[in-house]
Amino acid sequence: MSLTVPALGAQTVAITGGKVYPVSGPPIENGTVLIRDGKIVAVGSNVTVPQGAQRVDASGKWVTPGLVNSATSLGLVEVGFGADANESRARTDDQIAAAFKSWEGINPHSVYLRPASEDGITTAVTLPSGGLIAGQAAMLDVLTASTQTGMLVKAPVAMFGQLGNAQAAGAGARAQVVGKLRRLLDDTKYYAAHKAEFDRGASRELSADRADLEAMIPVVEGRLALIISAERASDIRTALDIAKEYGLKIIIGGGAEAWMVADELAAAKVPVLTGAMNNIPYSFSQLGSRQDNAALLRKAGVDVGLIGNAGGGDEELFNVRNIRYEAGNAVAYGMSWDDALRAITLSPAQMFGVADKVGSLRPGTEANVVVWDGDPFEFATRATQVFIRGQLQTGPSRQDLLVQRYLNLPPKY
Amino acid sequence: MTPFHQRTTSYALRVAAIALAMGAAGCASSKQSGSQAPTPARASADSARAVPGPGALSTPNADPFPSTYKPFASRPTLIKNVTIFTAAGPRIENGAILMRDGKIVAVAKSADDQAITQAISGGNPLIIDGKGKFVTPGIVDVHSHMGVYSAPGVEANSDGNEATSPATPEVWAEHSVWPQDPQFPRGLAGGVTTMQILPGSANLFGGRGVVLKVVPSRTVQGMKFPGAKYGLKMACGENPKRVYGERGGPSTRMGNVAGYREQWIKAEEYRRKWDKWNKDREGPPPNRDLAMETLAEVLRGNILVQNHCYRADEMAQMIDIAHEFGYKIRAFHHGVEAYKIADLLAKEGIGAAVWADWGAFKMEALDAVRPNLALLDKAGVKAMIHSDDPSGDQRLNQEVAKAMAAGRAAGIDISEEEAVKWMTINPAWALDLDSKIGSLEAGKNADVVLWSGDPFSVYTHTEKVWVDGALLYDRSDPAEHWRTDFDLGFVPEQTTGGSK
Repeated sequence: MSLTVPALGAQTVAITGGKVYPVSGPPIENGTVLIRDGKIVAVGSNVTVPQGAQRVDASGKWVTPGLVNSATSLGLVEVGFGADANESRARTDDQIAAAFKSWEGINPHSVYLRPASEDGITTAVTLPSGGLIAGQAAMLDVLTASTQTGMLVKAPVAMFGQLGNAQAAGAGARAQVVGKLRRLLDDTKYYAAHKAEFDRGASRELSADRADLEAMIPVVEGRLALIISAERASDIRTALDIAKEYGLKIIIGGGAEAWMVADELAAAKVPVLTGAMNNIPYSFSQLGSRQDNAALLRKAGVDVGLIGNAGGGDEELFNVRNIRYEAGNAVAYGMSWDDALRAITLSPAQMFGVADKVGSLRPGTEANVVVWDGDPFEFATRATQVFIRGQLQTGPSRQDLLVQRYLNLPPKY
Repeated sequence: MTPFHQRTTSYALRVAAIALAMGAAGCASSKQSGSQAPTPARASADSARAVPGPGALSTPNADPFPSTYKPFASRPTLIKNVTIFTAAGPRIENGAILMRDGKIVAVAKSADDQAITQAISGGNPLIIDGKGKFVTPGIVDVHSHMGVYSAPGVEANSDGNEATSPATPEVWAEHSVWPQDPQFPRGLAGGVTTMQILPGSANLFGGRGVVLKVVPSRTVQGMKFPGAKYGLKMACGENPKRVYGERGGPSTRMGNVAGYREQWIKAEEYRRKWDKWNKDREGPPPNRDLAMETLAEVLRGNILVQNHCYRADEMAQMIDIAHEFGYKIRAFHHGVEAYKIADLLAKEGIGAAVWADWGAFKMEALDAVRPNLALLDKAGVKAMIHSDDPSGDQRLNQEVAKAMAAGRAAGIDISEEEAVKWMTINPAWALDLDSKIGSLEAGKNADVVLWSGDPFSVYTHTEKVWVDGALLYDRSDPAEHWRTDFDLGFVPEQTTGGSK
């Protein structure tokens, strides 16, 4: 841990006295997290707090990295339906929207940002939806007074597609979905090698638009992760086969039956984004859904990012904040507490290639830090201070304003 | 559809799909109309006094599909050294509870209490040491669509909305319930012992709901809660106008309100006609009409209105409609804006069944706030959690925990004892079953949950669940877990090892 502390600035904050969970290393009793100019500069038990630093007393409290929710529609959706407020889905004829940069439609003033940050969610992956290839996903910091580019951590962080849902892919059967995906990957490779012919109109017929093929190039070159939403064990195996065949870097999303394929996932070093509150055979692709799925994957050595996908109320928007309860339930079903915290911090940061920026308390990373008045996975626990890029997040959410207005009836207005 | 949902999602969202799917479906209505009701065929000299078959008559509190439920075999059971939330008073530390013959015999501060020692003397009760554990009443979920929207959520299992007409009070949810829905045992494993299964909210009048015990049975009759009143599902707002907007209406909220009133006018006429005939028995009986019969039963107070309604202003209008026609609304369901009119609901004696934190999925859910339950409770409203969702149903204790924490964060002092009521005695009241279930008191049905720890901790599991004194879920005994017919073969055995 760094002990050298350079000269002060007005932006220096020292969080002292708490039990610090850096995630990148073992917990530190009575630790200090030192923040300067939006970055973490020191973490440890022997950090000298510079004179004039703003102190946050975290005695008796828990200090963690800001939580990361890897499956949200934050900024893309304001109202599910019945309103002109959904920017998550591109319209296509071929169900391939690889060129769709969903974050270009983000609303940086979304009213769901503040409720998320109030509960310690500092970073989110915001996903497009629909089709075979829904489009490109971005990771953003949950800032309330930023801009659509200013809040980005990285964009794109992944391409988002699926296997197993024929209807959404514009296909008639799951094997046809596989065929469509293979053809897209083949055509992308062909296109990348024959751009000149394409420009001359001398290319063979290709299955996607030029912009979509262009957007798929980093995927087939293994530079951009492809999240493949797949529930049935057989679909997950197909995804693993395709990834191997084409040299793709993939992440399995959903993964209801991933536990059945855990060893293969571990061997292929393919991570899984899944929840810990699912046990209902909602479809014939999810018959093996079980609540200890995430725990079993971890036991097999699979890297897991926890997401809210139990299908209840708005895990991706209104309740992005509830990801910490997903972690708590994962622990109840056999995951270690440390792994559960990692699954909503450093694991997704690593999956999406941003571990140098978010997901842990390490010098040099963004100062996304949360002080909790107890175990962050417990319902009774509240985030007492939330820092994003070193800035203490303050101000009421729209929901807070409603509660204030109606706390005593009748309201003033 | 949200990114990681390869499923038809929760009911609240599912109605959107109906609107899309129904347009081209060409579903012909095959409703029985009143004029086709069988006429009493009993030709005799004294024809006015002839006794027709019950199917020809509209009789108050008729029970043509009677419950065949019988409590499962049980043995006297004593749980001692356990923390008890009775939902009828302060918590009891290191307490004891004795069940026998399906009933709670005693709830006491100690197993040495005379009421317990006397009751078990000479008997051979199962004794469970509850050290470090908690006991609550069985959870009551007043809003579920299990069985009518069974898993897997395929079209063939979509039996919750008779979306062929905006007013279908003639349909009964129990006639859609599939007792082999694999969601039922998962609910039981979450501590839910009583459920109200409601029709969906596509229609202004969705039909009758039914109260079920969460127990294995070959028939729905075998799950029906003996003596429970029926509920009438009504729905406000966006759903009916979305579903019928391009299919003859209603297409507006004012159209919705006209739709309710037109039906109640007819129902009042029907009630009058039949009440007179049932009293005088003179002349041939009036024609029977299943739709009007249900509404007439509401007007007589025999069926409880369970009203899906999100917005505060619409709830106030529904209250006026109830006044206009002289019926009571038992509870508003979903009620995301109930907190805005908590004073009105308290004054009217109307319950509010709400989620802990669902919102934003449509315009009328925009103003959801997490302290809703606490704000309602503070104002004196019968406040209760509900699921509307087979996943949330398994964790209503967690939903209550979230709502309690949100209330406290807003400065409302909610005790755990009070919060327990949100998932037990208050929903039991909404079903008019609070004299039988919902609290742990001597003489009440022994619907009991043993928790591994504080039910409001995320780490706590349901350990054991008793329905009428019978142990129907035991986390430590996976071999005995209830698996539905569907589970067999389709669902890997190890996955049904237990819920929370």
